[in-house]
Amino acid sequence: MLEHAFKGSKNYWLLLGFWGIIIAMGAGAYAVQLRDGLTITGMSRDVSWGFYISQFTFMVGVAASAVMVVLPYYLHDHKAFAKTVILGEFVAVPAVLTCMLFIFVDMGQPARVLNVILHPTLHSVMFWDMSVLMGYLVLNLLIGTITLDCERKGKHYPHWLKFFIYLSIPWAVSIHTVTAFLYAGLEGRPFWMTAILAPRFLASAFATGPSLLIILAVIVRKISKFDPGEKAIRTLATIVTYSMLINLFFFLVEAFTSIYSDMPHHLHAFEYMFVGLHENGVTYDVLVPWMRAGMVFSFITGFLMLFPGIRWNLKVVPYVCVFIICGTWIEKGLGLVITGFIPSTLGHITEYVPTAPELMVTFGIYAIGAFVLTVLYKIIIGVRERRAGYGADAQ
Amino acid sequence: MDDTRRKFLKKAGYASLGISCALPLLDAKLLAMSEETGTHEAAAKKQLAMVIDIKKCQNKQLVDAAANACHTVHNVPTITDAKGNINKEEEVKWIWTEKFANTFPEQVHARLERSILDEDVVVLCNHCSRPPCVRVCPTQATWKRDTDGIVMMDMHRCIGCRYCMAACPYGARSFNWNEPRKFLEKGRGIVGEYPTRTKGVVEKCTFCADRLSDGLEPACVEAANKVPGGKDALVFGDLSDPNSKVNLILNKKHTICRKVGLGTGPNIYYII
Repeated sequence: MLEHAFKGSKNYWLLLGFWGIIIAMGAGAYAVQLRDGLTITGMSRDVSWGFYISQFTFMVGVAASAVMVVLPYYLHDHKAFAKTVILGEFVAVPAVLTCMLFIFVDMGQPARVLNVILHPTLHSVMFWDMSVLMGYLVLNLLIGTITLDCERKGKHYPHWLKFFIYLSIPWAVSIHTVTAFLYAGLEGRPFWMTAILAPRFLASAFATGPSLLIILAVIVRKISKFDPGEKAIRTLATIVTYSMLINLFFFLVEAFTSIYSDMPHHLHAFEYMFVGLHENGVTYDVLVPWMRAGMVFSFITGFLMLFPGIRWNLKVVPYVCVFIICGTWIEKGLGLVITGFIPSTLGHITEYVPTAPELMVTFGIYAIGAFVLTVLYKIIIGVRERRAGYGADAQ
Repeated sequence: MDDTRRKFLKKAGYASLGISCALPLLDAKLLAMSEETGTHEAAAKKQLAMVIDIKKCQNKQLVDAAANACHTVHNVPTITDAKGNINKEEEVKWIWTEKFANTFPEQVHARLERSILDEDVVVLCNHCSRPPCVRVCPTQATWKRDTDGIVMMDMHRCIGCRYCMAACPYGARSFNWNEPRKFLEKGRGIVGEYPTRTKGVVEKCTFCADRLSDGLEPACVEAANKVPGGKDALVFGDLSDPNSKVNLILNKKHTICRKVGLGTGPNIYYII
């Protein structure tokens, strides 16, 4: 099966080379960070988590969303997903991998990271987050490779795998719930300490991940002879639509409690995100244009997806999906973590802007994810095309 | 396929039954936990604490002496930028001052006298009875010491994830964004025995656990007492001992704590 990863067209190697260059640049920036410390980032005493942890949070959502193809196919026997399910599982694998890498590069002492396993601490949500992420990576690798290998051999996957497939469903929910609990359990950070955080994370994840799947499915359709099927893409679009609307609803629920109650601690965060804070004649509003753009993306795409003419039009929907991803990324990969630190627990306002090396490390990690995704998708396409070819030969 | 789904649902049913059976056990555990943190037991356990007299600490010389003593003894570097100014974003500090309004946000109202709002209040780790930093630390690099209630910090185990900094409601924790020794060498140099830290770890006040074991008072308390008019500006002692100096003050004076509503149980008390 792996042989498909090692032979490919010129474009395949060019794409891998492209990711490789970005990875190399990211590795270079990370080497500087290892030497000089996290001082090379834009983080500070007040905003002690930044871009890395934000990206981690966003990618957990992408990883968790594999459940949106696994659940309809295995629990509801939604046949249209027969060929899509592996696409979802093989998005989850690189997504979890990037999550782990984002956590890793955020560590001040990465060499000591095994301390988390050496001194397992059950009362720390971070320990649980690491455990569920590891588990999820293993589950998806296991399920994805075994089902694909069996498909290649033209036989049904082994019966015992069913247990792990079912297990992966609540597990997917758990990874994003536990990630939300990282934030939602902190009494000192009113912006995060809300029960809606985990549901919001899940809703935005189930809008983002399937959006990415739609884009990938359309690309796969275009560049290969393997067609995930129009029906599957339409079902995904329906899932995206519902998730996006639920996500927007949750956002409004959160905004209502914060704004209507008029409690300063809750209000400040929303003010910072959408209008900016003022103190001693200085305005702090670096996030404002981003957050506003994100809101516009999310509400407009949510509205557009309501129309079947758009939702089920394979020529249009991938572009809508791009903006859905942009919207949810701004919300979770930019606004959520940083705003939790502004103002600080001591009432100071320190803004955060990622530095160039920090961005390079981030791009490098995303490129690692893209590299793994490219290889895994190449294997799927290889197996599927060959099976289709064999079928033709037999006839 | 339908058959397997039914089987799955059945199994899920059993699983939820199992969980609901386990719930009473969880209940018992939670009950035990809430009793554990109740006031009765806390009083019996040794808990070191500090009482800070805000009025006496308006003396800048006193506050500087206390902070200097602490930061010198513990080799806390003064982080500066290229121009030699203090780098506020990457500062490492164990004890310092904040405005009254920022220290006690719940105590501030629109009519509060300006001079009080602007008062400088000495702040440091609260050595909470239920410390959020300890709860979240994934490696137990920070923990609450049973023998005296100090929230300890092992800079050799810390992986630098900074979860504790996100969790601390008091901003008491500092991260070594840069190589601290570099700044020590540029500044006052490395003093005494206290180990210097590496970059990438979190640190904070430890109530001078090392000095206590030598029978000394915390460095800040000692230094403050030496300053003229600084007697009892910072008072240190054990809450479980009814005759300790801190208890004598707490029983007599009107004192407040920071952000009590969060339930962390801070052990730094302020005479207003």
